[in-house]
Amino acid sequence: MSQQPAISSKFDRVLIGIYILLVATGLTAIFAATYKEGDPIMQSFLRFGTDYSKQFYFFIGGLILGFLILLTDSKFFAATANLGYAIGIFCLLLVFPFHSNIKGTESIIKLGSFNFQPAEFCKIFVALALAKYLSLPETDFTKTRSQLIAAGIVLFPAALTILQSETGLALVFFSFFIVMFREGLPAIILWVGFAFAALFVSSIIIEPDKLAIALTAIAVLLIYIFRRQIKRKRRILINIILLWALCVGIQRFAVPFIFKNVLQKHQIERIYNLFGKDNPYEEGVVITDQASSKKAKESGSSYNVRQSKIAIGSGRIWGKGLLKATQTRYDFVPEQRTDFIFCTVGEGFGFAGSVVLLLLYLFLLFRIVTIAERQRSTFSRCYAYGVASAFFFHIAINISMTVGLAPVIGIPLPFISYGGASLLTFTVLLAILIRLDADRQMVLR
Amino acid sequence: MPVFNQSRSRIILLIFLITFLVIIFQLFYLQVISGKYQQLAIDNAIFPKIIYPERGIIYDRKGKAILNNTISYDLMVVPAEVKNIDTAEFCRLMSIDIDQFKERMLEARIKNTSVRPSVFTDLLTPELQARFEENSWKFPGFTMVERPLRIYPYNAAAHILGYISEVDSKEIENSGNFYRMGDYKGKTGLEAYYENVLMGQRGVQYLIKDNRNRLVGNYENGAFDTAAIAGRGLRTYIDIELQQLAEKLMNNKVGGLVAIDPKTGGILAMVSGPNYNPNDLTGPDKSKNYSRLALDVKGPMLNRAVSGNYEPGSTFKPIGAMVALSEGVITPSFGYPCGGRYTLCGHGKPACTHSGGGHAANLRLSIANSCNSYYAHVYRLTVDNPKFGGVKKGYLKWKEYLSLFGLGVKTGVDLPGESNGNIADTSVYNKENNGHWTSCTNLTLGIGQDKMQTTPLQMANAICVIANKGYYYTPHFVERIEDETEEDTALMNRYRIKHEVLTDVPDTAFNAVIEGMNDVVKFGTARIAQIPGIDVCAKTGTAENYRIIDRKRVKLPNNSMFVCFAPKQNPRIAIACFVQNAGFGSTWAGPISRILIEKYLNDTLQTRSVADVERISNTNLIPAYFKRLQYTTDSTRAYKWLEQYKDSSLLKRFLKRSVVSNQVPEKSPFHPEKEDRKKSTAFVLQTEKKTTQNNTKKTT
Repeated sequence: MSQQPAISSKFDRVLIGIYILLVATGLTAIFAATYKEGDPIMQSFLRFGTDYSKQFYFFIGGLILGFLILLTDSKFFAATANLGYAIGIFCLLLVFPFHSNIKGTESIIKLGSFNFQPAEFCKIFVALALAKYLSLPETDFTKTRSQLIAAGIVLFPAALTILQSETGLALVFFSFFIVMFREGLPAIILWVGFAFAALFVSSIIIEPDKLAIALTAIAVLLIYIFRRQIKRKRRILINIILLWALCVGIQRFAVPFIFKNVLQKHQIERIYNLFGKDNPYEEGVVITDQASSKKAKESGSSYNVRQSKIAIGSGRIWGKGLLKATQTRYDFVPEQRTDFIFCTVGEGFGFAGSVVLLLLYLFLLFRIVTIAERQRSTFSRCYAYGVASAFFFHIAINISMTVGLAPVIGIPLPFISYGGASLLTFTVLLAILIRLDADRQMVLR
Repeated sequence: MPVFNQSRSRIILLIFLITFLVIIFQLFYLQVISGKYQQLAIDNAIFPKIIYPERGIIYDRKGKAILNNTISYDLMVVPAEVKNIDTAEFCRLMSIDIDQFKERMLEARIKNTSVRPSVFTDLLTPELQARFEENSWKFPGFTMVERPLRIYPYNAAAHILGYISEVDSKEIENSGNFYRMGDYKGKTGLEAYYENVLMGQRGVQYLIKDNRNRLVGNYENGAFDTAAIAGRGLRTYIDIELQQLAEKLMNNKVGGLVAIDPKTGGILAMVSGPNYNPNDLTGPDKSKNYSRLALDVKGPMLNRAVSGNYEPGSTFKPIGAMVALSEGVITPSFGYPCGGRYTLCGHGKPACTHSGGGHAANLRLSIANSCNSYYAHVYRLTVDNPKFGGVKKGYLKWKEYLSLFGLGVKTGVDLPGESNGNIADTSVYNKENNGHWTSCTNLTLGIGQDKMQTTPLQMANAICVIANKGYYYTPHFVERIEDETEEDTALMNRYRIKHEVLTDVPDTAFNAVIEGMNDVVKFGTARIAQIPGIDVCAKTGTAENYRIIDRKRVKLPNNSMFVCFAPKQNPRIAIACFVQNAGFGSTWAGPISRILIEKYLNDTLQTRSVADVERISNTNLIPAYFKRLQYTTDSTRAYKWLEQYKDSSLLKRFLKRSVVSNQVPEKSPFHPEKEDRKKSTAFVLQTEKKTTQNNTKKTT
């Protein structure tokens, strides 16, 4: 504590600056999206009446929380990482018996007037725990066993979250594979993952039979190209055939299996909507009131994207101006203060404003990576990459979904979207990073 | 320092960069390249509200507004805002039942969604308006909205002024989508003919709407709004007092009457009987009234003054004389030794009311005595004129003369729906007579019979030519348009051209005819039209009528006809009056015309005329066969309804009564609201057409 002035000078001012800038942008956007002519602005701050005033108080809360974190010893985070992970998992498990049904999700615990979503803040604990595991001296990340344990740390909460019907939040955990990649996860795994993704997407876009024929053709072509090598080594031929069988198997059986048994109906629909196709797995029976109302809600996801694109597209180069954005101001885009907040920026400030915001985010990510690479301790580096991965995933998926590049997954835009939980979570993530960075010369275990 | 795997940080940064670039490209596409989203956003959020201009006003010759605007109120409802109201009380207040209430609410939701105002009841009666105003606080979601309405302060000139009503989908299509659903448009009369002038120019107010279509404010503070420009007024020649008097006189009569100022062609009054009150088609009961009028077989919405085809009979004689005079086949001193019938064609027809005594010793006498033989002969002389070489060529020349008088062609009056009348073509006679016919075949054309059909307007116009000694202006109502534009001038110029059709004919010829018509009033059949101090020239006509009723040919009372102009020296008014099935020309059409001349020229009536006005207006001359016709038409329609919709409720009313002619249910037993409006109108018009065409033969 006696060294406090020295430490405070080590805090990364750039990150703090970007943080303040982004939250301010977020407040402006929420204000623009929810302000109605004649609303008493000052009074709303006194009464917590409006979203922007609430968000402002969350921001104040975040600042206090961040300040407290900055006052904490950086060893604390490494020391309590496993405990924190255990608490996080416990909370996730608590959801199953105690969840309340709000907005169709089963991931929220209601404590008095507070809604409490463990899946949201659990990423802090996962990031810390992953960093802790990777930084252990006995961990040899070149070994498959360590790789599996690391994957387990990440995927266990993801699985729990999926069981709570929060696929969006669950997918965030997959972003931590970026951390593992940095720490030496074989590139082939990423390639395989990428290949699987490509196969997945093509089996949605292309008809099953045509795709099977195309895959067979590729296999035949490969055999023809490698015919000399095959003469010398039978293994290659067998490998090609196995690979072909695997691909066709995935395309014909695994993908339909995932659609039928893993994903939920609205998620399938969103994915198909993205590619402009109708959901082939829909059963066209059962018309009860509930079913039809649910269906109306679901077909809403394509409505959302359409309206979102209209809002952003109508902003043109320079935007319509803060309070002149008709689409976002008059509620054409649903959920626009939370998941679709980027529309407000796109419509109000146009292409120029959107690009400025994107560059600000990109700068944030680059800055975090730079900070990560300057850490002496593996723990801090891994944690920093964890933060960068989580931010990247949120930003990329959120904005992609508003511009129609990704399926509608309900995850917030860091620091901009309305919502106390997400703002506080991201603030804590960033604050811990700043705290650890202040001690970058120290080796934490 | 951990250098292990550090190169991978570059790859990660590259992934970040590429992802962001992809997003930026998509943004670039959405916001910069693709222009459609801006239009979509406008469609989403901007609501162009049409501001309706006030329609133009129509004035009479003295500047009195005979068609004006007033404000009525529509009861509007925003279904989403209707909460916790006492529906039963509301229904009682508005005099509707619960089912109607539900139905209208549903209709409103379907039409305009539940957050936009829709019309709940249009054109509230003053009583309902007052009742609602007192209790409006109890019924949130209901509001009253001003709605401009046409009003006819004199309750007159329905056929002239016409009416406006909502455009239908076909009219919208025909206008190239200029009109929109809910727009009002002139349907008949001056309202229709001068639609572009009266309509004015619509304004647009751009409003912002939100995702639920609620209107939330002005777009850009109204920077793009345009103001509505009020329609321009019309100054007409109509003398509204004369018009009112004429309508009173034609009360309960079937026929047409036109009064024209020969000097200008301006129409002073025009009546078609039976008539209706123009205010019936503007107020809250307009659709009910419309159905009643449209289903009436007497055709009250038909303007017989411009579309009724009548045999002119003896009223044609002055015109026949003028044709012969200008062609030079006779002179004013030409005489015909009529012995009571025309014998030169061998069959002794037509007969004549007079015999001997030199009643047709010259032109003037022939008109005064209305000699049939004389005019049959004059017709034959005209068409058989050797100079034309054959009756067919002669007939065509004669027909050409008639068209100079405006007979057989549209006069071009500024009203829609004008009839041509009928002057048959030679081909018609060729066909009927296998190509062989002579002037004897159709010699009764000379006395305004055979296939000759004219409208009251055409006859009035033809009389103007005689009164003016050779010229006329196309009959029209509108003297000028307020703030006349170039376009208006183009429209009005056709009424400002002097048609000098017979000005090369010497005045002596005209004078002979005019003096003859004057003699008709002094000594002849039109003595009833004498007015002290005014020299009236006139000609009566009486046409026999036959009609097929229940498969029997029945003789109906004669049509009473009268044409006249006054004063003789300086004509200021010409009148043609046709009263169907009323009797002699001098009995009804004559006195009606005389009273109108008195009114117009003297502005006061003689005591005799005041009494006549009461007597005439109180006399019902509507032929009895209309009752029977109404009954058969209604029951036929009810039967068709049964065939089409398997609903016998309408027909049952007819089956209960034994089918006895003339014993007709007191009120029209038909439910107009259930019937397709257009179809029924067409039906009525058709029957009416038959009525006028079935008129036949014989005049004096």
